Amino acid sequence: MNRAMIEIQGLRKSFGTLEVLRNINFSVAQGGVVALIGPSGSGKSTLLRCMNLLVTPDSGRISVGDMEFDFGSRSPRPRTRALAAFRARTGMVFQSFNLFGHLTVLGNVMEAPLRVRRMPAGAARDLAMAQLSKVGLADRADQMPHTLSGGQKQRVAIARALAMEPQVMLFDEATSALDPELVGEVLATMRALATAGMTMVIVTHEIAFAREVADRIVFMRDGLVVEDGPARDVIDNPQQEATRSFLSHFHATPA
Amino acid sequence: MYEWDFSILWAYRWLFLDGVIMTVSLTVAVVLGGLAVGLVAAMGMLSGSRVLKAGSLAFTELFRCTPILVQLIWCYYALPILTGIELSPITASILALSCYGGSFYSEIIRGGIVSIEDGQREAGLALGMTPALAMRRIVLPQALRRMVPALMNQSILQFKNTSLVSVLAVPDLVYQGQIAAHDSFRPLETYTAVAVAYLAILLPLTLFVRHQDAKFGGAR
Ligand SMILES: Nc1ncnc2c1ncn2[C@@H]1O[C@H](COP(=O)(O)OP(=O)(O)OP(=O)(O)O)[C@@H](O)[C@H]1O
Ligand SMILES: [Mg+2]
Repeated sequence: MNRAMIEIQGLRKSFGTLEVLRNINFSVAQGGVVALIGPSGSGKSTLLRCMNLLVTPDSGRISVGDMEFDFGSRSPRPRTRALAAFRARTGMVFQSFNLFGHLTVLGNVMEAPLRVRRMPAGAARDLAMAQLSKVGLADRADQMPHTLSGGQKQRVAIARALAMEPQVMLFDEATSALDPELVGEVLATMRALATAGMTMVIVTHEIAFAREVADRIVFMRDGLVVEDGPARDVIDNPQQEATRSFLSHFHATPA
Repeated sequence: MYEWDFSILWAYRWLFLDGVIMTVSLTVAVVLGGLAVGLVAAMGMLSGSRVLKAGSLAFTELFRCTPILVQLIWCYYALPILTGIELSPITASILALSCYGGSFYSEIIRGGIVSIEDGQREAGLALGMTPALAMRRIVLPQALRRMVPALMNQSILQFKNTSLVSVLAVPDLVYQGQIAAHDSFRPLETYTAVAVAYLAILLPLTLFVRHQDAKFGGAR
């Protein structure tokens, strides 16, 4: 068994009176790929955003690689610098791409290596071009984001996250905003990353993809982890009624 | 019928030129000063701190809701008595006009910043940027583009508002015009010339802004 790259213990988060995460525990091994599935509003995005601290948990413990944060009434709030350093090591890909509109494709990918890692311009450019080649978009380096298709935008967003050489990659419904014919190219990029040994947590509604690429599936409902097991077992033979009922929506329409 | 004779103005050409230089320099100072004040006030309003928010709001409304003429006079006569610091007429003018302009700039800047989708800031943070860096490198550059027309408008007002500093005897274009008018007994020609001078400086600027607006506004 590999050592855990991501470890989450007793994580809780409420927005006002709404309890969105209620005591979440799970871990991801180094190089592991976990797909997070569940109905809308079950707290998947919130959990993912807690993992890179875009959302501050109310209590619990999060560790990624060698960095660890405790939350709760007795722990001091993390400092701005510590938060930034933590996020620099966890790549995040958003449903809506969020490419920087004022920068070229290359500028998008170079920005963080240049400003956060403080690499020299030449090295940052080389790194960015290498990442763009990886997602097959080196020839688009000088274009502005609004001239790209959705699938290309999302691949640039992946290259941008990879340019920070993160220890883990988090995907929040990376293909949900895409036209069906563009989903494949983004999934292929994610599959290649998984094959290359990246530790990944993927929130997705692409059940077939989750079954194929993830080695574990975590099913969430109402802020709780309901089922957590090997991908094929959970999809093909769910143990919990809630999981069965959720998956039935997907089996009904052939993928 | 009044007989116009603009040739008498030639004798005052150096006076007018001094006035134009003063007016333009003042404008540069109060546009830059106003932008600085406005940026600070906007950041205050957007900050998480309740004290900063309240302070920025109070500042903005104070300067937005009182006449600039009153502010100019107050800064020159009352402020030195309260603080014990002597202010030259020019310093008092720059101070008052920067704060007055800043109170309007701040609303423009705040509006521009909140118009940028939060995903932009979040994407910056997710890459390891501090909130300040994400603001400076990601949000502000995009917000600025959207703000340019409104900022230009406000700067044009700043330019025209400098005409009020003559009440503090700052030798701007209007003040020099007054001197020329008293001296020549030709106020009609003099003030017409002053008005034309303002127009001649501003018109090319506003046309330029319109042109830019059409060019970039259409591309969005
Ligand atoms: N910043 C916030 N403020 C208040 N409520 C929030 C906030 N973020 C999320 N919520 C609420 O928390 C609940 C869980 O949201 P979350 O986005 O984590 O769900 P999800 O599982 O990702 O759903 P979906 O599949 O629709 O994306 C929802 O009821 C949502 O309205
Ligand atoms: Mg979600």
